[in-house]
Formats: sequence, structure tokens, C-alpha cells
Amino acid sequence: MGGHGTSDQDGEVVATLCGVVERVNKLVYVRTLRARYKPEVGDIIVGRVIEIAPKRWRLEINFSQDAVLMLSSMNLPDGIQRRRTAVDELNMRSIFEENDVICAEVRGFQHDGSLHLQARSQKYGKLERGQLLIVPAYLVKRRKQHFHHLEQYDVDLILGCNGFIWVGEHVVVGENTNMMEDKPSLSAEVENFTPLETRKHICRLANAVRVLSALGFTLTVELIIETAEASVSSNVEINNMLGAEFYVQTAEREAKRRADLLRKRSRGR
Amino acid sequence: MEYVNLLTGFRVDGRRPNEMRQLKGEVGVVARADGSALFEMGNTRVIAAVYGPREVQNKGQQVNSKEALVRCEYRMADFSTGDRRRKPKGDRRSTEISLVIRQTMEASILTHLMPRSQIDIFVQVLQADAGTRAACINAATLALADAGIPMRDIVTSCSAGYLCSTPLLDLNYIEDSAGGPDVTVGILAKMDKVTLLQVTKYHELLLIAASFRTPLVLSSIHTNSITTILHTMCSLVKHFSCHLYPEGHCFL
Repeated sequence: MGGHGTSDQDGEVVATLCGVVERVNKLVYVRTLRARYKPEVGDIIVGRVIEIAPKRWRLEINFSQDAVLMLSSMNLPDGIQRRRTAVDELNMRSIFEENDVICAEVRGFQHDGSLHLQARSQKYGKLERGQLLIVPAYLVKRRKQHFHHLEQYDVDLILGCNGFIWVGEHVVVGENTNMMEDKPSLSAEVENFTPLETRKHICRLANAVRVLSALGFTLTVELIIETAEASVSSNVEINNMLGAEFYVQTAEREAKRRADLLRKRSRGR
Repeated sequence: MEYVNLLTGFRVDGRRPNEMRQLKGEVGVVARADGSALFEMGNTRVIAAVYGPREVQNKGQQVNSKEALVRCEYRMADFSTGDRRRKPKGDRRSTEISLVIRQTMEASILTHLMPRSQIDIFVQVLQADAGTRAACINAATLALADAGIPMRDIVTSCSAGYLCSTPLLDLNYIEDSAGGPDVTVGILAKMDKVTLLQVTKYHELLLIAASFRTPLVLSSIHTNSITTILHTMCSLVKHFSCHLYPEGHCFL
């Protein structure tokens, strides 16, 4: 039986995509390698706002269409559950502006085929003070946890299922915006300042992600941290992480890891 | 001028009449594109980049929301020809070739699988040595396959001409500018269907009607061998993922 990426030609199953043939019992399908992201309900994604339309934001998420985040499917910054008024609609730009990076969850497909998102929790929302990295979507596997707080670096790492990866300064979840406004402006400025150390950590982790994605390794938190740590222990400067030497080092480490894994498995048998 | 040596039967560049130029292909050459390919047929060198399927940019262009919109832009680099010249963007020749490539690719792309989206194909000729049309189609096919876009079949293309009462395959610049009739054929290889057939100097071809079939048959046979190469390349891509660049060298 032919699944996705196949077609029937004169009783013969033929591939229509360039990729890897997968078999599940009698079903044959083709998995592409470099195709765009295919959303599934519940996926955590990172996207960029490209347009503000009536009652909704349009987001670029590396899908074949733009995703839609409705004003009604997100928590308002004041945290009160209520009907969205016309005033809210006018103030949409105060929540997200064009080119803002946002984290949200895939809510589902509408009957007309458009993709809807939701951001109904404190952990979703605008991402600030960090770097957005774009990697091929297949490098990010669906896991239980996509938000990671790396305490040792004071950095937040969000692995979006769509291949958008956010590395940014850690923000305390549940921080109320009203609280911020109460503080005097001077301390707010201090609050806005990201320490140099954290910035360096962000850059180091971001470069680790770049190296790993260029090598085509599946991105997991463990691997990213390991790579960043390896760069520290072998005294590789942040700017030298993208040099050929570190690429080779990383690839060799991964090769060794896989060989060890194989050996362990064969011993287990 | 003598384009085919009467004694040896060799052409100006030393090929036999039914011999193709050296083919070379490389996938994944443009980092930011969804799919890309560099394709060489002898000295003709073409780069193709595919963006999409993505949101339709100009909603007015969308004819049918149930199918993907395919767009194509063909361009020749200023340095691609012997004399360096600024090439205007929307001249007749490039508009025509853009249209031809678009129609050929649209015939093979399964557009109904990607509703409300658009696919952009950009092809640029880096070095023109005749047969750019054919090279562009081959490059575009590779780039589309690289982008993971579902296609009915692989489209392959090749040109052929008729000079010195000999049918010649895959003309080069000297032969092309000799002014003989020539055909460009695009074929859906596995389904064995012709998606493109362009003939120049049709009347001359009719005059030599007896041999009309020969260049056509010639080029269609050899598009099949191009197909094999493209298929091999695709399977190479499969094996090495997209991060290594497989190169398919071949003499035919």
C-alpha cells in the first residue's frame, strides 16, 4: 500500500519525493529530508510575526502557509480572562509587533486548511534578548520537553518543532508586566541589561547549534550542551567555533559516541 | 563550414553526432533556498534555486486555491555570454523561456498536494554555451527534488539539431549559431511522456522531412540517459543526506 510521497502508476508504487523509503507493515511511504515543516497538533513552535491583520497575527513558521495566531486564543498581558474588546484589538501592536519572535503551540487546522496557533500559557509569548536560529526542521525531534532552562548558563533554550531555535536570556515565568511598570524607570533599565557573561553564553550555545545543524546531527539539549562544553574545555573561542577545526572535532566526538553506543549494544546481546 | 568531419564523422568539438556533452550536477548549492542545484552540460552552466511551498505573496496571481501556484524566473548573468552585456530583466527571450520552464515543471509537480501555496523557481545561466533551456529544466528538476516537492516524474531535457545532413545531439554554441534547425525535448522519463517540444526553423525541418524524426528520436533517447543520471543523483542525495554534495560525472 502506498502512503505519503508515493503514487500509483499502472499498478506500480512509485516515489514522488526525493527521500528515504520507510515501511510500516504493508504501508510504504517516503520521508523527505529537506522539505518544509509539517505541523502536528500540539507542536511547540517558534515563529516570526510578519503581519497584523484584524484580530490576528500572521506568523512565518517555515510551513507552506503562514500560521495564524488569533487574539482570542492567547492570554492577555494583564492575565484576566475576559472577552476581547475593540480596544484590545486596537492595542494588538502593544502585545506583538511585526518582526517579533514568538513562541506558541499548534492548535489545529481550520476547516479551510489554515493553520491556527494558541498561546494560552505564561511560557508562550514574545521572545526577547536572544538569538533565533533557523535549522532544517527534521533535525528537531518531537519530545516531551521543548523549553529548557540551562541554569549553569542562565539561558533559555527553546527547540521549536519547525526548526526555529531560540537561545535567549532566562526569563522568570509568571513575571507580571504590572510589576515591572511599578518599578522606577532606573531599575527597569538595569533589568533590561543583559550581563556580558550571559551574552557570551548565548553566543556559544547558538554557535554550537549552528555547528551541529550544519553537520546534520539531531538537535537535543544534551548534545548542544555537550558541544558548548567541549568548546570551553578545548579552549575554542566563540568566534572560532564556526571554523573547520571545531567542525571536525564535533564530528569526531559524535562518531565516537555512536561507535560506543554500537559496541554497548552488541555487548548487550 | 564543415560541422561534421566527412572523413572521421566527428564534430567540431570532437564528439560523435550522437554524443552528449559532459554532465555534472551538484545539489544544495544555495544555503538559504529550500532546494537548489547547479547543473552543467559541457560549458553550459546553470544554477537553480527553489523557494517554497510558501504563502502566496500576490493573492491576485492565485487562480485556483486548491492548487499550488508555480512561478519561474529565468535570467542570464551579464557575464554568461562571450560579450559582457547588461541583460534587461523582462526581455522577450527570457520571458518566453521562463514561461516554457514554468509550464514544463508545472506538468510534473503535484500541485494539488500543496493548496494555497506558491513555489518559486529561479534559474540563472552562469555560462551560456547553447542548450540553456534544456540545462535549466534539468537544474530545476534537481532543485525541486532537493526541496522535497512531490513530482509525478523527473523531467529531463536535451536539445538536438541538424547540420551537414547529420542529426546532432546536444548542440554547442558553434553548432547552435550555425543556423540549422533544432529541437528541445522535455520528457517525463518513467511515464514516457513528452512535456516540452520546441522546434526552431520548423520549415527547414519539414523540408528535410525524412530526417525530421531523427533529431527528435535522438534527443528523446538521450533524455532517458539524463534521467538515469538524475535518478542516481537523487538516490545519492538520499544516502548522504543533503549535507554532502554528491557529484554525478558522466560521459555519454
